[in-house]
Amino acid sequence: MSVIVEGAVTGTPAPPRPRRRIDWGKLFTWTVLGWLFVPIVFMIAFSFNDISGRHNVTWQGFTVKWYGQAFDHADLTQALFHSLAIALLTMVIAGTIGSLLGLALGRHTFRGKGTTNLVMFAAICAPEVVLGAALLSLFLLMGVTTGFVAILLAHVMFTVSFVAITVRARVITLDPKLEEAARDLGAGPWTTFRLVTFPMLLPAIMAGGLLAFALSIDDYIITSFVAGEVTTFPLWIWGATRVGIPPQVNVMGTLIFAAGVLLAVINVILARRQASRGRP
Amino acid sequence: MTAITAARAPVATPAPAAPTVPAISLEGVSKTFRSGRETVTAVGKLDLTIEAGEFFSLLGPSGCGKTTTMRMIAGFEDATSGVVRLDGKDVTSVAPNHRDVNMVFQSYALFPHLTVADNVAFGLKRKRVPAAEVKQRVADMLELVELAGHAKRKPGQLSGGQQQRVALARALVNRPRALLLDEPLAALDLKLRQAMQLELKRIQREVGITFVYVTHDQGEALTMSDRIAVMNGGYVAQLGTPAEIYERPASRFVAEFIGTSNLLPGTVTDASSEGSTVRLGCGADLRIGETLDAGEAVDVTVRPEKIRIGTAEPDPASSRVPGTVADAVYLGSATHYTVRLADGTEIVVFRQNADDVTADAIAAPGSPVWLSWHPTHSYVLPENSGPTDATQGSHHRA
Repeated sequence: MSVIVEGAVTGTPAPPRPRRRIDWGKLFTWTVLGWLFVPIVFMIAFSFNDISGRHNVTWQGFTVKWYGQAFDHADLTQALFHSLAIALLTMVIAGTIGSLLGLALGRHTFRGKGTTNLVMFAAICAPEVVLGAALLSLFLLMGVTTGFVAILLAHVMFTVSFVAITVRARVITLDPKLEEAARDLGAGPWTTFRLVTFPMLLPAIMAGGLLAFALSIDDYIITSFVAGEVTTFPLWIWGATRVGIPPQVNVMGTLIFAAGVLLAVINVILARRQASRGRP
Repeated sequence: MTAITAARAPVATPAPAAPTVPAISLEGVSKTFRSGRETVTAVGKLDLTIEAGEFFSLLGPSGCGKTTTMRMIAGFEDATSGVVRLDGKDVTSVAPNHRDVNMVFQSYALFPHLTVADNVAFGLKRKRVPAAEVKQRVADMLELVELAGHAKRKPGQLSGGQQQRVALARALVNRPRALLLDEPLAALDLKLRQAMQLELKRIQREVGITFVYVTHDQGEALTMSDRIAVMNGGYVAQLGTPAEIYERPASRFVAEFIGTSNLLPGTVTDASSEGSTVRLGCGADLRIGETLDAGEAVDVTVRPEKIRIGTAEPDPASSRVPGTVADAVYLGSATHYTVRLADGTEIVVFRQNADDVTADAIAAPGSPVWLSWHPTHSYVLPENSGPTDATQGSHHRA
């Protein structure tokens, strides 16, 4: 400012315009966003590809007919159904167990707390190949038949830590005085949980549940070890790559992606509304 | 503080033998925590009786045990020993949700996911009060705390002062036997805090519920309380009305914690049953009401606002010392002087800039002055009280 004022007063010409600078921050952001989204854009675009033949790799024209024939491959539809059922069940079971685990880890001190934390992180860090192989031998040893139940058990096992960590983070920031206030106003321990603790944790529980759903629905490696005769969506696609992936896969991928985006948006809106109300 | 006449009154006010059962009584209540291998005493053996309808303050520095005491009344802490009674009933092992007291938390602890009205209705709904009555009582209570128009808002949309009043309403609407307030004004700014002090006192008078108020702010306690228990190190250092505690602090700790006190070191030269004479370091003799041992080294205490400052020699019957003004701070309504005595002792004097004081009458630093006060305003304090002195306000040396 002072430079301009001085220039105006003394009558000297304004300094030359600085040369255009590249905003590296902006450039970097857009590069990363492109990196993340270009593959998805391709997937969506090729769900509208009017191909004739088996291979959906070159652009041949626009059509929406695949959306009409989305469920024409019975075995693909079956695989998708399996994946959705497993993901939903995983979300509910891992969501419940993980939330309780997160609550316990965030709120209470107990014998074995450190070990529980360690095991949780180990479950997240362990390579999936190792987990899958280990689970397969465990299931064989215990006599658990590979298939739907085995996949579900495996998925709950590897997603529960994610839920627990998400919920624990929220529990730690929760003011314990809120629960005391509820007790003080005549609520017993269960009523306190139902009316105060649970509603306050709900955004984190939902986020954890969605995470479990997302991890479950596209898991290939662990599932491939324990699936047995059952085919899930990722397994079917992998099998189909050898003979050519039908555009229905892109259609379903697009639909799943759209549903995921929708859920994420709803979650963000809810969390934001909660946050704007919640500031004491 | 004008209740000078109260100064000579006996300091301890044992609760009068009221016909009613006290709202709260603590009998030999203590609380110890285990910290590693050590056992820490948060509250020593405490005996307290709080009468129904009283505004009672627990006052003390942080860590003095006042909050722990309150949490034991509420039921959030189990007493290590002793009995807690509400209305005469032993509630020592009763869960907080079954005690007929409610608490206002320092952080307010409002439920952020509920509206103001739902927050206030929370306690009534737990007691299964009929819906129509809940609605009416919530509305009345929001009226009382002047938040009638905010019933539908969420706590996050209110200012600090408004949240504070919601917290108050949420507790009061249950008509508890006693309301426990844990530094409820600590988070507010000075102006609002002063307004809320008067507001709290008004509400307490209107609803007539026993208030137990925890604070570290002596001004707050003096302003609002009927009685104050000054706590230190887990014990009650003094129990009494604000005037008693201010005018006749029972120990050095109380004198220094509440208001400002001058401590004048001296030696007892003469003692009889009527009182003692203390010779100060500067050579002046002071008459003291207490009977002390001749030859004993003591500190004489006098409050800054009790001291008159002037150039004329005061009446020899009063307590008087000559000195030199070391500093004078003009504060508008009052002037604060620091006066240095012959031996270097400094005395703080507060003088109201009243009708008879003109601006040029303010003594300049370096000028010689006389300090004088009525002999009843100076007294000798025992050292800080320990466990044995607990709860008994009086520490007169007989």
